[in-house]
Amino acid sequence: MNSIRRFVDKAGWPRIIIAMLLLSLFIVAPSVGVRVDQSITDTIVRFGMNGILVLGMVPMVQTGCGLNFGLPLGIIAGLLGATISIELGLTGLAGFAGAIGFATPFALLLGWSYGKLLNRVKGDEMMIATYVGFSSVSFMCMMWMLLPYRSSKMIWGYGGSGLRTTISLEGFWIHILDNFLTIRIGHNFMFPTGMILFFAFMAWIMWAFFHTKTGTAMTAVGSNPDYARAAGINVDKMRTISVIMSTVYGAIGILVFQQSFGFIQLYNGPFFMALPAVAAILIGGASVNKANITNVVIGTILFQGILTMTPSVINSAIQSDLSEVVRIIVSDGMIVYALTRVTRKSR
Amino acid sequence: MTKKTRFRDTISHIFIGNAVPIMFIVLIAFAIPLSGFSTGYLIEEMVTRLGRDSFLVLSLLLPIMAGMGLNFGIVLGAMSGQIGIILVTNWGVSGVGGLFLAMAVATPLAVLMGWIAGLVLNRAKGREMVTSLILGYFINGVYQLVVLYVMGKIIPIKNSAIVLSRGYGIRNAIDLKGMRQSLDKLIPLKIGGISVPVATFIFIALLCLFIWWFAKTKLGHDMRAVGQNMAVAEDSGIKVERTRIIAIILSTVLACYGQILFLQNIGTLNTYNSHDQTATFAVAALLIGGASVARASIPNVFLGVILFHLMFVVAPVAGKELMGSAMIGEYFRVFVSYGIIAVSIVLYSWKRVKERERARRSLRGAKGS
Repeated sequence: MNSIRRFVDKAGWPRIIIAMLLLSLFIVAPSVGVRVDQSITDTIVRFGMNGILVLGMVPMVQTGCGLNFGLPLGIIAGLLGATISIELGLTGLAGFAGAIGFATPFALLLGWSYGKLLNRVKGDEMMIATYVGFSSVSFMCMMWMLLPYRSSKMIWGYGGSGLRTTISLEGFWIHILDNFLTIRIGHNFMFPTGMILFFAFMAWIMWAFFHTKTGTAMTAVGSNPDYARAAGINVDKMRTISVIMSTVYGAIGILVFQQSFGFIQLYNGPFFMALPAVAAILIGGASVNKANITNVVIGTILFQGILTMTPSVINSAIQSDLSEVVRIIVSDGMIVYALTRVTRKSR
Repeated sequence: MTKKTRFRDTISHIFIGNAVPIMFIVLIAFAIPLSGFSTGYLIEEMVTRLGRDSFLVLSLLLPIMAGMGLNFGIVLGAMSGQIGIILVTNWGVSGVGGLFLAMAVATPLAVLMGWIAGLVLNRAKGREMVTSLILGYFINGVYQLVVLYVMGKIIPIKNSAIVLSRGYGIRNAIDLKGMRQSLDKLIPLKIGGISVPVATFIFIALLCLFIWWFAKTKLGHDMRAVGQNMAVAEDSGIKVERTRIIAIILSTVLACYGQILFLQNIGTLNTYNSHDQTATFAVAALLIGGASVARASIPNVFLGVILFHLMFVVAPVAGKELMGSAMIGEYFRVFVSYGIIAVSIVLYSWKRVKERERARRSLRGAKGS
């Protein structure tokens, strides 16, 4: 009994409820005619698609900058990289690598200025991050129309100007990671080895970075800024580095997302992309000022699992589409719950 | 100080204190001639939009007074109002009576929503704004669940005009035939060909009076004290948490009425979208009117609604003239709404950090000497 209580304390009720829900969905699935192997494949693929975006939450949480609602900024850098790569006509692996290569400088620059901004507004980072995200997305809406892109694959037909709202990656680098060393068992099970390996690689880089001297200093800044300052750590610099990292991970994350999804979504596409990533890491057991890579893995599997299973299972069971509603309630409910937790110090 | 320098001082003070509205006036002064709209048309639009939106923007004032920042949770009130309207439409009550019945039905719901929001925000002190924003998204999920699945199944809905063909759930758009502009046209008045929604304006004036009176009551003073400094207020015997909850409940209920007034003017309820932008637009309007996160007044509301909506009307057409595409103007006004909120919060927060640093320095200086 005691050990159960300890487990509940450690895992937290929301996570247990969500895990139970997911488990019961998997148990119910066969009886309503949903194939379990297909569902597992979908969950794994969606985990790979979203994993790096969720990883991008970790650095900022670790240095005490809070949840990165400004993720759209990183996404914009990724979109710029992808569109430039297509504009230059790069395809296949070169195209994907080019997209990452072009996106990174933008992410560094945007992340640096975003970090400088957040250093001036300590205590209000999350609210400001949200609106920095919103306003930069709407600013880019204008830019997508005005920037001088020429490639006929991307701009509106009939002599119109400006980029299309969705650009197909067919013929560029669609599924470039998904199809690398893919394992197929039967018709319905597929394991996207390349994408999962890429996630593992990105997670390893982050893990390794947090074990360097700079990384340890960053964690110290997050757990106690005053102590860190006394120990001679440049707090603002560490925070800026963490924001840059989050932004770069956002940029690479969206490129991985797109290569699996098959489309680049411009204009209002990135608007609400931060919320699922934030919700995922919170479901994984992170709090507003503590997160690690385990949280990312568990959270993304649980959250994406729910998103995969609710439409198929509930639709088959009661013939109506509750998935959108379930998604909103689970993700935003989780964020509200995390924001109301008493944290180390309410600033 | 001579008279002249004092005059210059006042002028520069006015400019610095009202930088945002002045910037907008300049921007709009350029955009209006570009758009080619006639003055008469613009005045008519502004009169309509003042009646439509002022009430919602006014509902933001009390939480600001209580130091809780911009209450993005007014969407909770807006959703309560919409549920009231759906129910009243179902019962087939129309006209002004229907309008007031909708308000009466929605009030308990709005109070409940406000109470929940107040409890949640009390647990998230120091990050009320972001919490109220996400709480709005969350309750939107619950609202969709109720409207899409519970209505017609558990709550009986008889009116086939508003139910989806599958037998439960509310249609995407509801035509508010009976209610359309029933309050706006209750007391018909035309000045120079422009119809003025007198009754709505009376309603808004009453609310202004209420807010003005409320600020002078004991509760109003308490609220301001809580807004200044929660710890000091607590020590002087004010029930801080209770005061904050009351501020949010009042704000939510007012937003509920505001949304009902808004919808009676528009005449159509977009069941799943009408409330999406309520908070963003109301907050942006208030900030454009010269308010800040910590200070807002009734004149800010009206100036803000006028400037915001002038930009709203003019931007797409001006964008088309200038850039050859109406979409640019469309995106521009969305960008301005979000951008103005971002800039205002950054400025406010920056100032607060600076003040904290200064306080720390002065403390250190006192110790050293």
